[in-house]
Amino acid sequence: MILRIDNLVKHYGPVRAVDGLSLEIGEGEVLGLVGESGSGKSTVGKCVLRLTEPTSGTIELAGKDITHLSRRAMRPLRRDVHMVFQDPFSSLNPRFTIEQIVAEPLLRHKVGDRREVAARVAAMLEKVGLRQEMRRRYPHELSGGQRQRVGLARALVLEPKLVVADEPVSALDVSVQASVLNLITDLQRDMKFSCLFITHDLSVVEFLADRIAVMYLGKIVESGPTKEIFEQPRHPYTQALLSAAPVADPVKQRQRRRIVLGGDVPSPVDPPAGCRFHTRCPLAYDECRTTEPLLNDPRGSGHPAACHLVTADRVPDAAAPR
Amino acid sequence: MSLLEISDLSVHFATEDGLVQAVRDISLTLDEGEILALCGESGCGKSVTAMSIPRLLPPDTTRLKGSIKLDGRELTTLPEPEMRRVRGKTVSVVFQEPMTSLNPSFTVGYQITEVLRRHEKLSRQAAAARAVELLELVGIPAPQRRMKEYPHQLSGGMRQRVMIAIAVACSPRVLIADEPTTALDVTIQAGVLDVFRDLRDRLGTAIILITHDLGVVADIADRAIVMYAGRAVEQAPVTELFANPRHPYTLGLMKALPSAAVNGRLAEIPGMVPSPLSDPDQCAFHDRCPRVQEDCRLSRPPLTRQGEGHLAACYYPGGDR
Repeated sequence: MILRIDNLVKHYGPVRAVDGLSLEIGEGEVLGLVGESGSGKSTVGKCVLRLTEPTSGTIELAGKDITHLSRRAMRPLRRDVHMVFQDPFSSLNPRFTIEQIVAEPLLRHKVGDRREVAARVAAMLEKVGLRQEMRRRYPHELSGGQRQRVGLARALVLEPKLVVADEPVSALDVSVQASVLNLITDLQRDMKFSCLFITHDLSVVEFLADRIAVMYLGKIVESGPTKEIFEQPRHPYTQALLSAAPVADPVKQRQRRRIVLGGDVPSPVDPPAGCRFHTRCPLAYDECRTTEPLLNDPRGSGHPAACHLVTADRVPDAAAPR
Repeated sequence: MSLLEISDLSVHFATEDGLVQAVRDISLTLDEGEILALCGESGCGKSVTAMSIPRLLPPDTTRLKGSIKLDGRELTTLPEPEMRRVRGKTVSVVFQEPMTSLNPSFTVGYQITEVLRRHEKLSRQAAAARAVELLELVGIPAPQRRMKEYPHQLSGGMRQRVMIAIAVACSPRVLIADEPTTALDVTIQAGVLDVFRDLRDRLGTAIILITHDLGVVADIADRAIVMYAGRAVEQAPVTELFANPRHPYTLGLMKALPSAAVNGRLAEIPGMVPSPLSDPDQCAFHDRCPRVQEDCRLSRPPLTRQGEGHLAACYYPGGDR
């Protein structure tokens, strides 16, 4: 396992952003962490990078517990885990040239002499499809897609074991997004890093992820192999999420069964008792309001869901409330 | 006659670098009760086209040519005091950002009644009663209570519903919605799109929906115009557009969607959008186009008829989905 998170909790004051979350990412595996705003998905990424202190729980990176390492003890481990941010406009230092930006991780970790650094930067820029003359440019001279390529180059130049990518293509236009997604696929196949890919966009993780974990209000409600999540979603929330994302085909889209969720996402300051989804779930019954369902996998197929209605012989259907 | 008729509209902006040609010779019509999608990527001119209708563009730097007729009345030359009566009453706008387009220091109730009192000259009481009805119309639960709340007390989806309530307060003939669901989560988006559908069905409002999301277009629009580099490159009824895209750019957009991956790869559109500063007489898409031929570089292809209500600006239209 490259990453193992066990019962992670992160509270910001009264806000219970992440509230008991466990997940694992294997070597060379891409896990898509999906959720809507406020679900806590970005906080998970920040905890993994120790950009914020977890309240409790443990995070293991390549077998080593990093949960409470000091900044100093953490430093050498930062070679192994890097981040790609959503906004390619604010995540690159405007005063640095592209070469300086991509070289910085190498210099920080004292990898090689000047010539080697220059050679590795050049090789990395080529890998992400940026021409060599880009080296002397500044971020403001680049398009959004090119900037995101620089972000990828910076994250990958040390050949990390794990990349945390937080909505890396959400700010891009479709045609640019397509080329960046193809690039991430190629780089991942080539360099074999593991990836925690955080996004709200289901179609992106369907394209990219080996496995998917769906978050709602600080917890994982369902996880499993990508194909299974899309073909046989078990949790009513996952079913609603899939049904709400419109498909680009008017004939199909207008015939689809839609699950319309009532109300808003409750506040993470005071999450509902019992199942956190019960206030919006079309299938909720008494037990859901009092007893919290745990992730369980009665069919034993590596596809657990946190819903009382998932049993060995039955999967709920949120489109057909009783 | 259509409710709205735009002919040969060009909108240029004076900047330090020169004239930015945001919109170039667009013509379109909109019928009552119709939902028309303007789609395309950033900078294609979709928002500028729509915002020139209520004249919400900076007056000192905007150079506008062409005609915009609403109900037969020319809007481009209308004196500003009259235009003010059109804005909010006949044509209204829902913006993308529900967080910044409401005033944080006034209650929801005040912001809706303000429009009613200004345009409809309703009394305070009558306006308040109508505001509650409007909040109900857009699907806000407990509207009486919401009236007294401030924007920060509402979620993003609820704020966008308030924005829509304000926009439709005076029963506008034309509602312009600029990326109205882009900032919202998908489970919330579905509900907001239902509100638009409902307004059209119940009040016959004509809607111009500006979006980059082809899923949203497929879900709600009757007709769509695809824009590229300031021009309409294709327009068609929505089912026809998706079943039979004729312009290579439209096809490229559809194939670039992650859901359209073939063998784990997405179709890319190589290259970049041309500069908005110059406008050579050639197809603006030629250097990114897989079907380019010599004549595409020699003159600009006009919009030509491809089928019932279906136009495309391409010398070599067609292609296989």
